[in-house]
Amino acid sequence: MQARLWQLMVVAIALVMALPMIVAVAALGADSAGVWSHIVEYVLPRVTVNTLLLVVGVAVLSLLLGTIAAWLTSVFDFPGQRWFAWCLMLPLALPGYVTAFALSGVFEYSSPLAGALRFWGISLPGVSAGLASTLCLTLTLYPYVFLLARQAFLSQGRRSLEVAQSLGMRQARGMWRVALPFARPWLVAGVSLVIMETLADFGTVKVFNFDTFTTAIYSAWFGLFSLTAALQMSLCLLVLVVAALWLERRARRLRRYTGVGQKDPQHRLPLTGGRRWLATCFCGGLFVIAFLVPVGQLVVWAIDYVQLEWSARYWSYLRASVSLATFAAVFVALLSVLLGFGRRRAPGRTTDSAVQVSTLGYALPGTVLAVGFFVALSGVQDGLTAIGRALGAGDAFVVTLTGTLWVMLLAYAARFLAVGFSPVGSGFERISPRIDDTAEILGLRGVKRLRQVYLPLLTPGIATALLLVFVDVMKELPITLITRPFGWDTLSVRIFQMTTEGEWQRASIPALTIVLCGLIPVMILQRQKSNSRGATN
Amino acid sequence: MNNRILMLCGVLLVTACGGNQKGTETAAPAVEESAPLVVYSSRAEQLIAPIFAAFTEDTGIEVQYVTDDPQPLIERLKAEGENTPASVLLTVDAGNLWFAADQGVLAGLDSQTLKAVVPSFLRDSQDRWFGLSLRARTIVYDTRVVNPSQLSDYASLADEQWQGKLCLRTSKKVYNQSLVAMLIETLGAAPTETIVEGWINNLATDVFPNDTKLIEAVADGRCAVGIVNTYYLGRLQKQGELPVGLYFPTEADGGVHVNVSGAGVVKNAANPEAAQLLLEWLVGDRGQALFANENLEFPVRSDVTPHPIVDAWGPYSASTVPLENAGIRQAEAVKLMDRAGYR
Repeated sequence: MQARLWQLMVVAIALVMALPMIVAVAALGADSAGVWSHIVEYVLPRVTVNTLLLVVGVAVLSLLLGTIAAWLTSVFDFPGQRWFAWCLMLPLALPGYVTAFALSGVFEYSSPLAGALRFWGISLPGVSAGLASTLCLTLTLYPYVFLLARQAFLSQGRRSLEVAQSLGMRQARGMWRVALPFARPWLVAGVSLVIMETLADFGTVKVFNFDTFTTAIYSAWFGLFSLTAALQMSLCLLVLVVAALWLERRARRLRRYTGVGQKDPQHRLPLTGGRRWLATCFCGGLFVIAFLVPVGQLVVWAIDYVQLEWSARYWSYLRASVSLATFAAVFVALLSVLLGFGRRRAPGRTTDSAVQVSTLGYALPGTVLAVGFFVALSGVQDGLTAIGRALGAGDAFVVTLTGTLWVMLLAYAARFLAVGFSPVGSGFERISPRIDDTAEILGLRGVKRLRQVYLPLLTPGIATALLLVFVDVMKELPITLITRPFGWDTLSVRIFQMTTEGEWQRASIPALTIVLCGLIPVMILQRQKSNSRGATN
Repeated sequence: MNNRILMLCGVLLVTACGGNQKGTETAAPAVEESAPLVVYSSRAEQLIAPIFAAFTEDTGIEVQYVTDDPQPLIERLKAEGENTPASVLLTVDAGNLWFAADQGVLAGLDSQTLKAVVPSFLRDSQDRWFGLSLRARTIVYDTRVVNPSQLSDYASLADEQWQGKLCLRTSKKVYNQSLVAMLIETLGAAPTETIVEGWINNLATDVFPNDTKLIEAVADGRCAVGIVNTYYLGRLQKQGELPVGLYFPTEADGGVHVNVSGAGVVKNAANPEAAQLLLEWLVGDRGQALFANENLEFPVRSDVTPHPIVDAWGPYSASTVPLENAGIRQAEAVKLMDRAGYR
């Protein structure tokens, strides 16, 4: 009976999160006046190839960089290891398009650097739009893999690795045969986030003018004036994502991942000789190009523009950004725990699909999702008001949804539930069924079990979810633009005001402020991790 | 440890809810009491805030605004229907204004002031939107290698003499879509397609993501000629001299392609009188000077002096084909550019 209720709740959450997709499905029947056939003939072939290359490139590179960096910093001791463990997460605080315009400011033909090099007879190699987009997206997205992989390696890889070594397996083999397979749910979760973010990306590819599925969706809407065709294309994108997720789930259906209980005491393996410095160079190089160079460029621009741009209004932008990010992070973490718990209490196909559906919004281009949400909620609002009138309540019963913070929160949740659910869901997967049995014997059920048994085990996952969603909402733009009530202009809205007029340099001020705010949660997370380690010691 | 996290979550939730209630409480009465005029604008905040401040100073009417891209704003107006808080839609590009009117979110406005000041080719045929400032999209050239006598109209940039020397911005920008739409209107679809194909043949390098990068490329000597909106050059000229010249196609060659930033009154406007007042104020002396000069655009009223940088470019004659054609033919133009391989 209780299981039934939980299932109902999961389905209800999924329905709300799927509102924009319902709007898109409703658009399927509509006629897009020849736009669709034009797109199929002249646009789709090119953008499909481009999108595939981009997604594969970004996914593979992020997986490589993220996993190697996570492996090095969680298993080995080398100069700077403690420091890299957290600062390699920092690029997460940079919106992709900001990294893109900062890096192109450094390396493009008309930049001071390129000019100086030309003076010395060196010309920088021309980088194609596709390669530039791939690199920039990788540099901003690899932290998802890094963060989740580190969690996996820290919580399980090392102990199993010690067992493997005691059985005579060499270190490198140990990584391939033991740690990586064990870390698979985390790596998959990380790469899925990277892929979905890449599919939904518009800002970065726009900076380099690289044509992808997303740019085609926008040009159908903005250029050909067909929101219908745009929604139809978004739906195609979703079908691809669902297919990929389904394949992955099928591939690991028969496997089970459960934790081994307590955390390990801390002793990393020392690296010797040249390998020490190789590890330092790898991590250092990644940090420099993904964080220091773009931020350095922003600082250089900011010095020129700070007088013109900085004003007392920044405090209100800052307050709006931080409050929205905080509300959204808490809301998404809450929903993630409910979904995860619901899936555990009421396992089955219905719950599974509902959970899948609620996390799909992440792969939709932001503006499409935002408008879908806005249209759907306006419909709900009109419907409720009409029902109120029909029941004789007259104008006394006017439901106001649009233009309130609640709508913003719901839309943020629809977009970022995937981000929050990844760490929380992986956390649930790692809780052994034996713990459930024990809890059952002890008579802990329902909310009590959630609070006393699951939550303590889920703490790292929940903390990760809070951090990721907080940083993502700080960077988010399209949903914030369309749903914000008056006076809720955020830092990213300020970036939009600048970049929409091509004033990229001036946008460095709000961009830097976002980065600085993003550092705070990253540091909190790091502190919390070292505290909990201290406690087990 | 875990209790701390739970407590933190609790505190955040409480503040979240508290914040929400406070937000709605303060927002609701504010709207009813002083009833500020609400504007949906795709023109960026830094360009409109000083203008609205001046309007409030002159009229006492307070202005609230929401900024976003034009299409989301239009969808928002459609979804809000009768309940929209907005009274004015302010946006750039005739294509967007035409689309807003076509989607039925703008109301016709019977204002003698506006009709007297805004030439008919710069406003909707049913007076649902009015151009407020002009944005000339014209030819820039490298003054070190090009003699202005080599230049004539947009079509001539497809000539063989510009092989490997022309630079263009991406076709995804609405300014280029409007330019090609107007070419289709004046020259016909087939000749326009030949011209666009010629442009693509002549490209010096891949298309640029924005006009500023294009002008920098001309200054670097990577392109000899290009097509840009003049105010982007103006902004760069504010920072220093460039070896970049402006060429305006003459009246005999069809004139300069101009676009507008403009506005219309929303169909279900909460405050139509104040909305009309704002539009009329914007074509007044103070409004015109501020609205156009803030962004180095040309005032829609020819008797208002533009910014000194703009004034220095000298006079030009604009093409007088009605601008709403930019909207009517925009989808056709986008398809044509797709076919011609113009990215």
